Amino acid sequence: MNNEYRPYTLIAELTYRCPLRCPYCSNPLGSAGYGNEIDTDTWLRVFQEAEALGVVQLNLTGGEPLLRDDLERLIERASRLELYTNLITSGIPLTFERLSRFAALGLNGVQVSVQSSRPTESDRIAGALCFYQKLEVMQWVGSLELPLTMNVVLHRDNIDEIGELIALAERVSADRLELANAQYLGWALKNRVALLPTREQVETARTIAANAREQLRGTMEVIFVTPDYYSVHPKSCMDGWGRRFIVVNPEGFALPCHLAHTLPGLRFDNVTKRHLADIWHHSDGFNQFRGDGWLPDVCRTCDRHSKDFGGCRCQAFHVTGNAGATDPACSLSPDHGFIDSARSQASQSAGMPILFEYRTGRGFAQR
Amino acid sequence: MANGMTGNIARPQLSPKVRLRFDRRTGRYLLLYPETGLELSRTATEIAHLCTGERTVDEIALYLAQIHSETSLVEITRDVRSFLKTLAGRGLVQGFK
Repeated sequence: MNNEYRPYTLIAELTYRCPLRCPYCSNPLGSAGYGNEIDTDTWLRVFQEAEALGVVQLNLTGGEPLLRDDLERLIERASRLELYTNLITSGIPLTFERLSRFAALGLNGVQVSVQSSRPTESDRIAGALCFYQKLEVMQWVGSLELPLTMNVVLHRDNIDEIGELIALAERVSADRLELANAQYLGWALKNRVALLPTREQVETARTIAANAREQLRGTMEVIFVTPDYYSVHPKSCMDGWGRRFIVVNPEGFALPCHLAHTLPGLRFDNVTKRHLADIWHHSDGFNQFRGDGWLPDVCRTCDRHSKDFGGCRCQAFHVTGNAGATDPACSLSPDHGFIDSARSQASQSAGMPILFEYRTGRGFAQR
Repeated sequence: MANGMTGNIARPQLSPKVRLRFDRRTGRYLLLYPETGLELSRTATEIAHLCTGERTVDEIALYLAQIHSETSLVEITRDVRSFLKTLAGRGLVQGFK
């Protein structure tokens, strides 16, 4: 069995609905993809097909997965399939009783997002009053002896709090702290001017995170994800297109990444119509950017392409208009000028308050 | 650790967040933890299964040396310590620093 293209992780986006309205939300823009959600039985079948295909990790995510009232049944089945099941959540809306049920049914880990270490700031970014509930949820996770990941999306308004964020993660006894700079796609790209930190901000934060990582080794894993805009080389987005991850979105489309269906000209299949293994191995969408054949010259002649796979296809498309181009985050990309100018814009507007546009849509809060 | 002995009397135990899972595709074991995992070699698999909190590092090494008579105890002890160090660095084992 060829392990070059083997999915280890299924990212199950159970819904795009969410009570929060973060300006860097990774949901697709506009009303795209806010159609009907696939039902419980379809998800149960998808888990089974994914496991048979080699998946061992399951991320239950969204939107906000807690808004699905069948989460208990999904966790129960995942556990029976021996999938390592992670709940990726804002922590809202949740009760201790429900979280205890999840734990009893075999949930393996919880990741809670926090928008800032400062209550009012966290609530401002989330667009909802929720900070104290998040704190409580993180304590519940600990009291149920579930491993806790605290996730923070970093941007120019919160990146300077990195020390406080690390202290908060220690206070709630997180096993892992993910300090992930926003990915400038979708809503974050729309709000980029308000979100992109300066190089100095990124460097300072990176140093503090690196020190904490050493200091806390063995107790808490500290992960700092550099923003693409300040890297010399692009990230190996999703560990390469269709190599390690399958995303199934709320409507049932199986995708190599959560925004792949926003790329024009690609065709993706729905799990209600086609078996997951067939989609993974044989669909046009998954095969589009596999292997070396599609690589642009800049990547083909560069020995890094076996590490970064040409970078992020969505970023290539959103910046250059061509999903098959070298990721412009790469300093060797002919389109890297766009990234340069975004950086200088960030340094010129340093310290200026800029309003961001809240994600709208059929969220929980608006219902 | 300055004197190797301190580590060798420790009784390592896999952290509760760890799940060992046999992988039908490769015939190897996977050590899974939140959102990721490690593919284990045969030796690492044997060590992981012995980390129950009951045996000391020395006892684990001795036990493995009996099974693998072709490998020296010194070499096995080194493998055990090095694997446990990797796990400890990621918070995947308790009772071993």
